[in-house]
Amino acid sequence: MLPEATHDQHHPALAHQFDSLAAQSEATTLGMWVFLATEVLFFGGLFACYAVYRAWYPEAFAAASRSIDITLGATNTVVLITSSLTMALAVHAAQTGKRKVLMTFLVITMVLGVVFLGIKSVEYYQKFTEHHIPGPNFSFEDGKFNRHAQLFFSLYFAMTGLHAVHMIIGLGIMLTMLWWSWRGIITPEYYSPIEISGLYWHFVDIVWIFLFPLLYLIGRHAH
Amino acid sequence: MPLRIYYTIFAILMFCTYLTVQMAFLDLGEWNTFAALAIAIFKATLVVLFFMHVKYSPKLTWAVVIGSVFWLGILLAFTMTDYLTRGWRTYG
Amino acid sequence: MATLLLPPRHYLNDGYGIKSWLLTRDHKRIGLLYLAAITLFFFVGGAMAVLIRLELATPVGDLVSDETYNKLFTMHGVMMVFFFLIPSIPATLGNFLIPIMIGAKDLAFPKLNLASWYIYICGGLFTLYALVAGGVDTGWTFYTPFSTVSSTTNVIPTALGIFVTGFSSILTGFNFIVTIHRMRAPGLTWFRMPLFLWSMYATSLIMVLGTPVLAVTILLVALERLFHFGFFDPAVGGDPVLFQHLFWFYSHPAVYIMILPSMGVVSELVAAFCRKQIFGYSFVAFASVGIAVLGFLVWGHHMFVAGESVFASMIFSALSFLVAIPSAVKVFNWTATMYKGSISWQTPMLYAVGFIGLFTIGGLTGLFLASVGLDIHVTDTYFIIAHFHYIMVGGALMGYLGGLHYWWPKISGRMYPEFLAKLSAGIIFLGFNLTFFPQFILGYLGMPRRYHAYPPEFQVLNVLSSAGASILGVGYLIPMLYLMWSLRYGKIAGSNPWGAVGLEWTTTSPPPTENFAVTPIVTWDAYEYGTRVKDHVA
Repeated sequence: MLPEATHDQHHPALAHQFDSLAAQSEATTLGMWVFLATEVLFFGGLFACYAVYRAWYPEAFAAASRSIDITLGATNTVVLITSSLTMALAVHAAQTGKRKVLMTFLVITMVLGVVFLGIKSVEYYQKFTEHHIPGPNFSFEDGKFNRHAQLFFSLYFAMTGLHAVHMIIGLGIMLTMLWWSWRGIITPEYYSPIEISGLYWHFVDIVWIFLFPLLYLIGRHAH
Repeated sequence: MPLRIYYTIFAILMFCTYLTVQMAFLDLGEWNTFAALAIAIFKATLVVLFFMHVKYSPKLTWAVVIGSVFWLGILLAFTMTDYLTRGWRTYG
Repeated sequence: MATLLLPPRHYLNDGYGIKSWLLTRDHKRIGLLYLAAITLFFFVGGAMAVLIRLELATPVGDLVSDETYNKLFTMHGVMMVFFFLIPSIPATLGNFLIPIMIGAKDLAFPKLNLASWYIYICGGLFTLYALVAGGVDTGWTFYTPFSTVSSTTNVIPTALGIFVTGFSSILTGFNFIVTIHRMRAPGLTWFRMPLFLWSMYATSLIMVLGTPVLAVTILLVALERLFHFGFFDPAVGGDPVLFQHLFWFYSHPAVYIMILPSMGVVSELVAAFCRKQIFGYSFVAFASVGIAVLGFLVWGHHMFVAGESVFASMIFSALSFLVAIPSAVKVFNWTATMYKGSISWQTPMLYAVGFIGLFTIGGLTGLFLASVGLDIHVTDTYFIIAHFHYIMVGGALMGYLGGLHYWWPKISGRMYPEFLAKLSAGIIFLGFNLTFFPQFILGYLGMPRRYHAYPPEFQVLNVLSSAGASILGVGYLIPMLYLMWSLRYGKIAGSNPWGAVGLEWTTTSPPPTENFAVTPIVTWDAYEYGTRVKDHVA
């Protein structure tokens, strides 16, 4: 929530419907958790599709998964987990009132986020040149799996695409947080915006923690 | 919270990433999937408990986290109840 | 009693300009914005229903073509379900009352609350555009592969409209959950809360946990339709039934989004007009949460004939029967509350009693449908249509109108005309039953839904139904007219015209923008009629 000026005796960030900043921050944190519960179910629909088709077509899924570059996927996992660490450190800096440290870690987190999206687009480009985009021009090397591999890639693009959209939104949030930190809105008594932005960022990380093994690591041992 | 905890968790997460990639190249039969998922769940739990501070949060936060996972479980389990008990497979 | 006057300062005269409404963060004004918007969509959806019933007055398809007819019932369903019933009570009465009932100044996130209204309007405009630009013919359920491969109508704009509106519903639910958890007045424990709040809490849980699954499913349909991705397409090995699983994971619980708020309203009405504590308060409270949770475990009963495994059908069937338990708990407890109560038959109570009766019929026929054998016989017939209209119109809409009348003096500061209101409640009850009871028989005889022509032997029952629909339409127009009339000319109500207990009746009518001059401290249980009520009467 944007801070707004209320009465003089109040903290500028205190909204009129709350009695204290503590009550307000408890409510916003709970709000973020409830929102994340929504997000779990949002991705949940895709995971349900994945579970059904993986159970139906395990060989096609393994073959399709092998065609994705595991190095890019693993690198991205490392990048994203590192960004989660820097995000946690940013929240810690906000709690302890170290503004410069906070801003530094926010910038590092954003840079890592951009690196992640960059690697992702390289990966998408590879898929594009290999005709692995589902649709009329789709073709898969192993003709036996031509149909069912489309299901895998539809899910691959939907899941990673939706994850990437969340990353982009996350970068927008980080930019706002950087701006607020720079303006000095974030203080040790009012750092809940950073805290809930952190919760969101970690959630996006968790989604990736599941996407990585499910999309990149199946059927690797066969080759 | 001491910073040491964040670095320790980070190290464990990195090790688990290494482990899950390595295990993917071993032929464990059906256990490949279970191992990959177990490691992912373990990693996610660490992130939730420490990076997201749930370990130090009120019971209500725990309830929201557990509730959301439980509802995801309902979605997956009841959908699979159908797919795993069909005597036929469509469009194979 | 001295002549009543409106309070000098209240939320309605706190600024008059268009900006004071469109940029308001006051939950009461946002509730009224929603009220205006859902009324509009209700009458758009209602107009479709009128055309449907006109067409069905004769056995041959003479008024509209079969394609137009498909679009009519689709838009009727889309408008009524997503743009009227889902937001009806939560976004209007819920928005208006939750902060007042818990003694708070506003919801936890007033800006998000306003944002939810704008999101809702955007979604509504998209859908209206789809309607004006030629309509959509998939049925409100958007079943694949028809919606992804075959239909040539405006599936995408409609789906986008519903997708967008879903977020407004999520925001509303999320705001309510946080508000009820975090903003209750001192002393207002969970078991002192009015049952309306319990039902709104349960509703919000469904909104927050179910809606995202619908959102992602609609997204997949759009991807499949636009870019030929394969998710539900048999051509690449996909299963159309999977769409139905995901769709009903939300859309079955969505029925409880519609009915639970009405149940909450009825609990308030029964207590207030029988002047008694609700019999078995905690049972009714837990029944709300129980319905919300059980509602998520039964979706497969929509797919008994769709190719679902027999085992899964049996599980879903058994679980569906379980929903009857908390529903029956509520009906029995309302009846037990009325027993030996001093009942005053004012308009809201008429609606409450109407609700109890019609919901019972709707619920019991639901049990028919939960049993696999019978369901196979009546799937996709008018029996289904009649069943869910008894729940959604006879139940949800009756509760909504009852609540609107009960809290109208609080919302507007003025009374509605009692005689006209009673008359229209009677007309609605009569018209409703005449419209939908024949459809039970039609369905049982085998008349399928979604056809614009039918064999001549069904005509008598169809004419009865169409006649009932015209009576029902009149019944809905009268309240709209006299409620608007009463805004200016109604008798001044005073802060507590019903002599009811509950925090909302302790503040002025209409309430001030900040709801209470002093944050109340609650030291009493809900519905302490007989002991506390004397202090309350204005």
